[in-house]
Amino acid sequence: MHPLLRTVLQRLGLGLITLFVVSLIIFSAIEFLPGDFAKAILGQAATPETVEAFQKEIGLDKPPVERYLNWIGGILQGDFGSSFSSRVGFRRTVLDIIAPRLWNTLFLAGITALVAVPLALGLGLMAALYRNSFFDRAINAATLTTISFPEFFVAYILMLFLAVQLRWFPSLSNVSADMPFFERLERSALPVLTLTLVIVAHMMRMTRAAIIGLLASPYIEMARLKGVSPGQVILRHALPNAWAPIANVVAFNLAYLVVGAVVVEVVFVYPGIGQAMVDAVRSRDIPVVQACALIFAVTYILLNLLADIISIATNPRLLHPR
Amino acid sequence: MSELEHKLQLATRLAGKGKVSRRDFIQLAIAAGFTAAAGNAMFVKAVRAEPKKGGSARFGLAHGATTDTLDPVGYPDTFTQCAFWGALSNSLTEIDAKGNVVPDLAESFEPSDGAKKWVFKLRKGLTFHDGKTVTADDVVNSFRHHMGPDSKSAAKSLLEPITDIKSDGPENVVFMLKDGSADFPYLVSDYHIPIMPTKDGKSDWQSGVRTGPFTLDKFEPGVSAKLKRNPNYHKSNQPYLDEVEFIAITDVAARTNALTTGDVDWIGRADLKTLDLLKRNPDVEILELSGYGHYVLPMNTTMAPFDNNDVRTAIKYAIDREEIQKKIFLDHATVGNDNPIAKAVKYSVDPEPKYTYDPDKAKFHLKKAGYETLKVDLSVADAAFAGAIDAGVLIKETAAKCGIDVNVIREAEDAYWDNVWLKKPWCASYWSGRPTVDWTMTITYAAGAAWNETFWNNKRFNELMLQGRAELDEAKRAAIYAEMQQLVHDDGGVIVLVFNNFVTANSKKLAHGDVAPNWENDGLKIAERWWLA
Repeated sequence: MHPLLRTVLQRLGLGLITLFVVSLIIFSAIEFLPGDFAKAILGQAATPETVEAFQKEIGLDKPPVERYLNWIGGILQGDFGSSFSSRVGFRRTVLDIIAPRLWNTLFLAGITALVAVPLALGLGLMAALYRNSFFDRAINAATLTTISFPEFFVAYILMLFLAVQLRWFPSLSNVSADMPFFERLERSALPVLTLTLVIVAHMMRMTRAAIIGLLASPYIEMARLKGVSPGQVILRHALPNAWAPIANVVAFNLAYLVVGAVVVEVVFVYPGIGQAMVDAVRSRDIPVVQACALIFAVTYILLNLLADIISIATNPRLLHPR
Repeated sequence: MSELEHKLQLATRLAGKGKVSRRDFIQLAIAAGFTAAAGNAMFVKAVRAEPKKGGSARFGLAHGATTDTLDPVGYPDTFTQCAFWGALSNSLTEIDAKGNVVPDLAESFEPSDGAKKWVFKLRKGLTFHDGKTVTADDVVNSFRHHMGPDSKSAAKSLLEPITDIKSDGPENVVFMLKDGSADFPYLVSDYHIPIMPTKDGKSDWQSGVRTGPFTLDKFEPGVSAKLKRNPNYHKSNQPYLDEVEFIAITDVAARTNALTTGDVDWIGRADLKTLDLLKRNPDVEILELSGYGHYVLPMNTTMAPFDNNDVRTAIKYAIDREEIQKKIFLDHATVGNDNPIAKAVKYSVDPEPKYTYDPDKAKFHLKKAGYETLKVDLSVADAAFAGAIDAGVLIKETAAKCGIDVNVIREAEDAYWDNVWLKKPWCASYWSGRPTVDWTMTITYAAGAAWNETFWNNKRFNELMLQGRAELDEAKRAAIYAEMQQLVHDDGGVIVLVFNNFVTANSKKLAHGDVAPNWENDGLKIAERWWLA
C-alpha cells in the first residue's frame, strides 16, 4: 500500500474515533442544559398538561441511552432526526433546517477563503522577502490591529463607513437560496471583508515566520550563492519546506470560518448555521443543537486531517520514513 | 376664513387624492401668504395623509427563529404574529385604533341568553386565498384546533369558557359559554385564532392558505417571510401595499443600520439608548405609543409578610416609580399606579390615591402593620423584562429610607418562569395586556386563575367580576369595572411599575393613519394598514 494512502486511512480511522467520543460528549452535555423545550416554547402558557403532551410527542419521555442509540443510529443512515418544532402530521427534519444554513455558511467561508488565503500568503511572502522594511512593518501593524479588535467591532466599523456613510454595500446580508450569484456576492461583501480582516493576520504571520525561519538554512545560502534571485529563493526553495506549518494555520482558520462566524452572522443578519444553532439553543431545540455541534466537530476533524495530509505529502522525510 | 384660505383647504384635500400638482398647490399657498418652503411642506403632508395603493415595503422585526411555524398554536412573538396573523390571516373580529372591537370576517355578532350564547354571522362571499368559500365549519374547526385535551395551544386557556361551538347553516357560528361574557367578541380577535380552511375534517394550517390581505409567497424560518397582495380581499380599500417582506433582525444595532441604509423601511423595537441619535435623521419617523403591556412586581398575598395589606401598601409607597421610569426605561414608559388596566382600554380609570414615592406614608403603613423595620426578598431576572434587575437595585435604595430592607436576588434567566414566577413570594413579571378589563382581570386577578400571580382572593372583586361579565348596560358596567380597578389598586398584591411604550422607527417613505395600541406594530396589522407616502 502506498504510504500516503495508509496514513490517510489511519488518520480517518482516528478521526472516526474522535467523532464517536465527541458525539457522546455532545449528547450528555445537552442533557445537562437547564430548562425544557416544552416550557421554553410555551412560555407563560405552559401548564403541566400541555408540557406533558409536548414531551410525549417529541419522545422526551424515553430514557437517555435509548435516545442516544436512536439518534446515532439515525445519523448513520443520514437522518438527523426531527426538530422539536415539528407537529403531528408535519415533520420538520433537522436536515431541512440545517441544510440551507450550512450551504450559506460554506458559501461565506468559501468566498472568504478565496480572498483571505491568497492575500495572507502573498502578504506573508512579501513580508518575508522585504523583511524589516517599512512595508513589512506596516503590513504587520495593520493586520495585528484588525485581529486585535473583537470581530463585532470590526463589523460595526465597516458597516458604519462602507454601508451607512458611503453606501457602497448593503448593511443587511440576508441572502436567500434563489438570489442571483452576483447579488448574493454583493450582499455577502461586508461579512467576507470582516472575516478576512479577522483571519488574515494569523495566516500571514505564520507564512512570514515559517519562511524567515528557513532563510537561515545552509541550502538557502547555497541557492543565494549560486545566484538565484531573492524572489525565486523564497518561492522555489523556502516555500516548499514551509507548507506544513502554513497548511496547519490555514486549516485552523478555515475551520474557524465555519464554526466561529456566529458573531459576524448576527451583526450582518446572515442566515448561517451559527445563527441557527444560537436560535436552537435559545428555544432548546435539542436535535438541531446536536446536529450543529456534530457538523462543527466534523469540520474541525476533516480540515485538520487535510492539513496533516498536506504536511506529509509536501515533506519527503515524512512521506518516505526509513 | 378668506377665500384664499378656503381654496387652500380644498386644494389640501385634493392633493391628498393626487388631483392637484405640487406646482399649483405651492402657487396657491404663496398667494395665501405662505412661503414656498412652507407650501411645499404642506403639500407633502397632504399627499402623505391620504392612503395610496401600490409599492412594496420591508419590515425589520426584532424576532424570528428557525423554530417558527405557520401553526397558530404557537405564534410566540412579533415575527409570526405580524406575518402570519396580521398579514396572512384574519380573525372573526378585530380591534381598531380606538380600542373598539369591530367586525372582521364576521359581519355581525349577537348575544343572547345573558351573553351566554353568541351568534357570529360571516360576511357574504368570503373566500380563502385558493378561492374556496369560507364556511361556518371552517370557523368551528379553526377554534377546535386550539381546544380539547391534547391541545398544546397557547390559546387553550383563553378558550376555556367555550362549552360548545357549532355551525348553523353555512354562515352562522354559534358559541355556547360557561358564563355570560359581554366581552366575548374581543376574545375572538386574538392573534392565535386565525380562520383557516378545513382539510379532512381538520384545520389546515400547513398550507398557509388563509383569508388575509396578503398571500404567502415565501417563508424561510428565522430569516424572512415574503407576501403578495390578495386581490380578492374582503376589505375593498385595504391593503395598500402590493408586496411586503418581514425580515428577522434580532440584533438591535443591525436593525437600526438596516433602517438608516434603506435595507428596510421600518423597524420594530427601536434601540432606546440611541434613539436620540436616530431622531436626528431627517428621513426617519419615530413612533412611540403607550400600549397595554406592563411590567409588574407581584407579591404573593397568601405568604407573610405580604398577606398584610398594610405591608403591601407600605411597599407601594416605598418605590420611586418616576425614577425607575426615567433611569431604567429612559423615559420610554408610562408610570403605573398599580392598576393593570391601561388608559387606552375601555372602562379604564385612574384610581386615587396615586402611589408616589412617600417615605412617611410607607413608614406609617409599616407601623400600622406592626413593623418598625422589614426585611423582604425580591427575586428578579431580565427574563421577566429588560431592566428588572436594575429596577430591583433602585427599589432597594429607595425602600431602605422607608425602613424596608429589600434583598434583591438575581435569579437565573433560564427557567425563570418555571422556578421563580408563581413560586417566590415577591418577583418580577410582565403582561402584554389584554384589550378588555374583564379579560385582564379574569386571567390574572380572579381567585383560582392559573396565572393569578398574586394569589389574591378578594370576595367583593370576584363577585363584581361575574356581574360585570354578563352586564350589557354600559353605565352599570363602567361602575362595576371602576370599583374592580379600585380594589386591585387598594388591596391587590401587584405593583405595576410602568406601562412599556412601543417604540418603532420608519422611513418617511411609509405613512399611516391612527396607530392601534392594543398590540405592537399597529395592532400587529402594520402590513394591512400602512401605505407608501
